Amino acid sequence: MSTHTFILNGKPVTVDVDDSVRLLWVLRDVLGVTGPKYGCGINVCKACTSHVNGKAFNPCSVEVKDIGPDDEITTIEGLADTVDADLHPMQEAWLEYDVAQCGYCQPGQIMAAVAKVRQARAAGHEITDADLDEIRNICRCGTYNRIREAIKAGAERM
Amino acid sequence: MTDIPAQGSRTSGRGERAPIGRRTFMGYVLAGATLAVAAELPLGAPAHAAVPSVPQIPELYDLEDMQTDAARPTSALIKIVLHEDGTASFELPRMEVGQGITTSTAMIIAEELDLPVDKVRVTLAPARPELLLNQLTGGSNTTVSMFTPVRVAAAIARKALLEAAAIELGSAVGLLKSKAGVISAPDGSSVSYGELAVRAASSTVKMVEAELKPVSEFSVIGKPHGRDDARLAVTGQKKYAMDLQVPDALPTMVCRPPTLNGSPKSVRNKAEVLALPGVTDVAVVDTGVAVRAITFGHCIDAVRALQVEWAAGSVEGESDETILARLRKAELPLAVPDIPLLAKTVEADFTFMFRSSAALEPNCAIADVRIDRATVWAGLKSPIVAQGDIAKAVGLPQTAVTVNVITGGGSFGHKLFGDAAIEAAKISKAMGKPVKLMWHRADEPRQGRVHPMATSRIRATYLAGQVLTFEQRHTSVVTDFSHGLGEMITATADRLPTGLGGLAFSETIFTLTQELPYNFGVVTQLLSETDSRFNTGSMRNIYSPDVACANELVIDQLAKKMGKDPLEFRLAFLKNARVKAALKKVAEVGDWGRSMPAGTAQGIAIHSEYKGATAVLVEIDCRPQTVNRKVPNGATGPRVTKAVIAVDAGLVINPKGLEAQMMGGVSDGIALALTSSLHLRNGHFLEASWDNYFYTRQWNVPTDFQCVVMPSDSQQPGGAGEAGVAASVAAVACAYARATGTVPTRFPVNHSTVDFEVKPFVPPVPQSPSDGLSHTF
Repeated sequence: MSTHTFILNGKPVTVDVDDSVRLLWVLRDVLGVTGPKYGCGINVCKACTSHVNGKAFNPCSVEVKDIGPDDEITTIEGLADTVDADLHPMQEAWLEYDVAQCGYCQPGQIMAAVAKVRQARAAGHEITDADLDEIRNICRCGTYNRIREAIKAGAERM
Repeated sequence: MTDIPAQGSRTSGRGERAPIGRRTFMGYVLAGATLAVAAELPLGAPAHAAVPSVPQIPELYDLEDMQTDAARPTSALIKIVLHEDGTASFELPRMEVGQGITTSTAMIIAEELDLPVDKVRVTLAPARPELLLNQLTGGSNTTVSMFTPVRVAAAIARKALLEAAAIELGSAVGLLKSKAGVISAPDGSSVSYGELAVRAASSTVKMVEAELKPVSEFSVIGKPHGRDDARLAVTGQKKYAMDLQVPDALPTMVCRPPTLNGSPKSVRNKAEVLALPGVTDVAVVDTGVAVRAITFGHCIDAVRALQVEWAAGSVEGESDETILARLRKAELPLAVPDIPLLAKTVEADFTFMFRSSAALEPNCAIADVRIDRATVWAGLKSPIVAQGDIAKAVGLPQTAVTVNVITGGGSFGHKLFGDAAIEAAKISKAMGKPVKLMWHRADEPRQGRVHPMATSRIRATYLAGQVLTFEQRHTSVVTDFSHGLGEMITATADRLPTGLGGLAFSETIFTLTQELPYNFGVVTQLLSETDSRFNTGSMRNIYSPDVACANELVIDQLAKKMGKDPLEFRLAFLKNARVKAALKKVAEVGDWGRSMPAGTAQGIAIHSEYKGATAVLVEIDCRPQTVNRKVPNGATGPRVTKAVIAVDAGLVINPKGLEAQMMGGVSDGIALALTSSLHLRNGHFLEASWDNYFYTRQWNVPTDFQCVVMPSDSQQPGGAGEAGVAASVAAVACAYARATGTVPTRFPVNHSTVDFEVKPFVPPVPQSPSDGLSHTF
């Protein structure tokens, strides 16, 4: 066991856990932050998508030792705080389009969506169907079209 | 006076039905601190018409009727409670898995109670054995069977509130108006439901009658409504079984055998694994070797470290080819009756490969088994059966087992079985500690429930512009119905249409669900099953996606041979007006027959089930530049570029929810037709995760999707959850055949492609990567 410190949803946290434990389990099993979901554990389904320093990543595939004290981890629980509102515009769009069915993949979908919009803008364009095709998050309920609509609507308000 | 429910109502005369629209029902005001009410529905066994050879059985009595009849005797055991804060609560004896039934049930209560929807709290009831057959979520039956009982209970509550208000306001019930949870008198005085909740309560059980609102006065039912749990879902607050914090229920996983249904003989390094960091327990159970640790990460390490001696599995050495050979031997002959000599024949033979029904939330459950009692938390669609199974597995009476039903992260039929709950209970008992069991993703396709492999053979004959016969012989690996539907068949046996006696459960289900709504002369559709060595289940829409896919492909061939356009042909032969209307709608909205480039095509198909009708039009792109596009660790191939689905689901509670289910049905249809299957090789399935089990992904999605909810004058809701799948898979298959000029004979069409690296079987789960920080965006 060793001590690891990082910033989680705006607040510093310290955990005592083995170096190699993947961050997903640190979040879920040690810290009780259960927004990021397990769906595969091998960075395939993307249900655990969260942000590290503002970029999308998958905590199932990062060892806790690779996260430093200055690294800012944002999970779905902390997304709204990044815009100082009750809900992030992407979450609002998700409600407007009633995207969720079972909801299990949705925290990851929303975190991926926010990052995808930012990525497109960094590349100098608004989100396109080709960008949306690159999103790998699985929705086994198959609500993909509403996800696409909500991302476009959410992007307009971001 | 007692009346007969409008829904599914039948009088004693054979074949007679009570007039539609009778709205007076009996119910109870229950004894309680605040107002509590329940519905009463007559217990008399409804009689059904004898089944003529034409029409087919499901047109007269289908799986929906069977489930509704099975639920009716205990419908009075459900209750609505009013609270002093002005809310109403209802424990729904069904399971929410994403299909939106907590929302639609809240809408039904809100409508009849004149209360805002957000003041109605619908939660999931724990296993209640007294409900007998009235706690199974399947067959898209929740709203079909619950609509009337829930309305009656709500109407009785409203009536009791009005009576209490009349005293409170010094007025007469007939002069009062209820709206948005407040009752007003003509003089402007008013009182809220919250204030009345205690006053309307009864110290004894009273039988009362109440009248339901006429459909014409509905103001909530039929209006789009967002899901009741949407905000929880988008903020990460919605809790699934694995998110629950039960004291001392530490993460637990199972090291599973390398072949399907193998079992552990011995563990060579138990002490070594127990000494690994974070590991607290190692226990052998019948399904494998369980490990309990401080995090699931530690569990994965321990599962990978275990060295286990395994006994053989149930299908050692078998592969797709050997199972198909067994199916061939079990196939029933096609036996066309005498037809004119000049009649021509269309014959077809399709194979449908194994598919995984796993949801994104893997099998999981929390169990705390003590000497004298057990408590389980899990997503269970048939919790009473699970409760009995758990009791048996841990040697306790059923009454000592509490089963809490938790909202599921998807089901698709997977959660009809209590596999994880039973396994968790066994592990908890073996370890003497509470456990939070999670199946690794790799465990799901390799050891979890699958949709059985099947063949569907069809022979149709035609002459002089008429189809004379249409025979279908569906042959399937055995579908396991031991989750409760089987019990329903036994319990409702006296009510089932004549002609079903002696059929196995699966054949009964098949007969109660399969309907070919065309005027094709002599129509026979038969099921035979063989080989019960697989872990199977009722994947979303059970037999229908395969059966409809086979049928509609043959119908396109018949149309071609008879020189007709697929749409024109269907419209000419369809005998069901609702199906026809849906078909015309998708043809119009989807611009059927428009000119399309070579290598692309439209496909059109229909389906009739769940007291409703669906039609789907898709456009597919099978041109090389599309088919050969590359997505790392993903299946591409042909792309469905447009999908239009029209659904007639009878009386629609929540169009927004219905559209969502249709969207999911189309996504499933695309996967079933094109990409998703399991490959059996040498006794095990090769697939181990979403990078080789190819469910529809964003790059497979039609960018143009439209759903049309058909207007209906039906007084009865139909099923929604599964209704979109069958016509979707069929339309995609038809479009593929038209675009490529080749009718596929095996589904999914990409099954011959195994271009992924097969993950090892020992250890049974892959290690999590550690390079996640180099894949950020």
